[in-house]
Amino acid sequence: MAKKNLKENPVQKKMDDVMDTKMSAIVVPVKTKKDKKPHISRFLIYTLCIILTLLSIMPFLIMVVNATRSTTEIQQHALSLIPSKYLLNNFKILTGKSFNPLLGFMNSMIISTCSTLCTVYFSTLTAYALVVYEWKLRKPFFTFIMAVMMIPSQLVSIGFYQFIYKIHLTNNFLPLILPSIAAPTCVFFMRQFMIPSLHIDVINSARIDGSGEFYTFNRIVLPIMKPAIATQAIFSFVASWNNLFLPMILLTRQDKYTMPIMVSLLKGDIYKTEYGSVYLGLTLTVLPLFVVYFLLSKYIIAGVALGGVKE
Amino acid sequence: MKKRRKKKISYAKYGYIFSIPFVVTFALFTLYPIIYTIIIGFTDLKGLGAVSFNFLDDPFQNYKTILESQSFKTALGNTFRLWGWNFLPQILLALFLAAIFTSRRHKIKGQGFFKVVFYMPNIITAATVALLFGSLFGYPMGPINDLLVSLGIFDEPYFFMQDKSVARGVVSFIQFWMWYGNTMIILISGILGINPDIYEAADIDGASGWQKFFYVTLPNLRTILIYTLVTSLIGGLQMFDIPQLLVAKSGPDNATLTTSCFIYNQAFSGSYMYNRASAASMIMFVIIAILSVIVFYLLQDRSEVAERKQMKKVEKELRQKAKKVGV
Repeated sequence: MAKKNLKENPVQKKMDDVMDTKMSAIVVPVKTKKDKKPHISRFLIYTLCIILTLLSIMPFLIMVVNATRSTTEIQQHALSLIPSKYLLNNFKILTGKSFNPLLGFMNSMIISTCSTLCTVYFSTLTAYALVVYEWKLRKPFFTFIMAVMMIPSQLVSIGFYQFIYKIHLTNNFLPLILPSIAAPTCVFFMRQFMIPSLHIDVINSARIDGSGEFYTFNRIVLPIMKPAIATQAIFSFVASWNNLFLPMILLTRQDKYTMPIMVSLLKGDIYKTEYGSVYLGLTLTVLPLFVVYFLLSKYIIAGVALGGVKE
Repeated sequence: MKKRRKKKISYAKYGYIFSIPFVVTFALFTLYPIIYTIIIGFTDLKGLGAVSFNFLDDPFQNYKTILESQSFKTALGNTFRLWGWNFLPQILLALFLAAIFTSRRHKIKGQGFFKVVFYMPNIITAATVALLFGSLFGYPMGPINDLLVSLGIFDEPYFFMQDKSVARGVVSFIQFWMWYGNTMIILISGILGINPDIYEAADIDGASGWQKFFYVTLPNLRTILIYTLVTSLIGGLQMFDIPQLLVAKSGPDNATLTTSCFIYNQAFSGSYMYNRASAASMIMFVIIAILSVIVFYLLQDRSEVAERKQMKKVEKELRQKAKKVGV
């Protein structure tokens, strides 16, 4: 009875979900045959989940532990979960050669931060144009953005490289930052978020107060869009941070190398026998990502879930 | 005249103004390079630092060379194989986990933790992951070899990356490992979006868990599954970082050479064949476009109708509100 009453109230659907599971749990004892089955399958499911958890964590754990071990130790036993005391020694060997984690970190930081700012700001602006204003080309423009989402970025790389080379912008961060102004996926996400959360009344009352359109966008719309901006900022930052292909073809000078290019240096011959320092180098490149991830994982997971709902 | 002007202020021009940054950037950094790539594909542009070019007598010479090239064929085959072997287990595991995590009967605890852990590999730099797995499968002394020899499964260390199928398997596995968490979360949010009344109706009809999964969950996830397929396909056919960095020189017999690696090798190493790389790019472009169109044709019916409805609704609302303000 109580269940039915709750059902009719759509606001309490979530409450209802909770109720419903409890109800079915109470009902279960009636069907004695099905009673035992969930226990076995639950055990198997937890086992699977734990195996997958280990699969996610173990490679990184081995990496971190081996970063503290000497090359001889690794050569004797490559698999160990007990840290050793060669961390500083490994660091000296690592930075004594071409690998410069601090420089890579700074370069990646500059590129990723600037391109993230460009992406979120201009994508919100484009989404605003798509949602709020009624203009003739609005629909075709949206279709166009949807189509552009499908263009594989690596496949325009040759023309892009030639173009940048011709205007002498190789070994410059600008060609890695400016293209992020046009981020179709981000525009799409912002539009989806803006439609339900931005009320035209707010904009109209701003207009009545004499606020210019651009001012309204910066002062009223941007704060409303904060949650979406935060989510998209994380993704855009991580994508830019992890990008290897374009930086690799555009940046040829050592002092411009980004973190992923630094990583690819570890594959070179000079580190062939320095196992400990290679593990340390990998650890250093992953460390900032781990920090960001475990601080923001809640938002990241929510963002992935939101991105999937495209209906 | 005056009256009219007062009555309606048109804001339409701001729609155009605010779209300018996007359009200009797109034209400059995407559209122009695409056109440029197409043109280069018909020329003799090659050599480090070359910028000037002549059109070839036979405009399709580069295309012919590429299509006849054995290593391009290998690369194309590899790309599809590597993608397929990652996508199939990925979507199956993600579907299974999504069904389990949303199941009311099982009530799995610690879902938040599992989601965070399963998604984690996705944010790690692919270059790092490639090198890490390269070290894990190292020879003669990598952690995997150490484990297998210590456990007595192998008598002596095995040179994994010298084995074609192992090298391919590891590439596919890494892709799978990096992406199943992402797919799982998307599917979970898809399942949670399905109207609970349908499940209730199924319950009343006495449907079993499996029946509910096959007759309610799967059909309702169609759009999201196709979306996952398309994004995975576009990403997978451009696979570069992992095959490029996992094994030296694309593995034994070019076992892990993908088309993106092929394009990179043509254009940015050896004799810097920009023209052939462009032709290869365009061939890939066409392949991806055709596949996307096919999949989208399947997708079209439902989502587009919903899209149109939504657009119309918003427009109506806007018009009504604009009218109110106008009055």
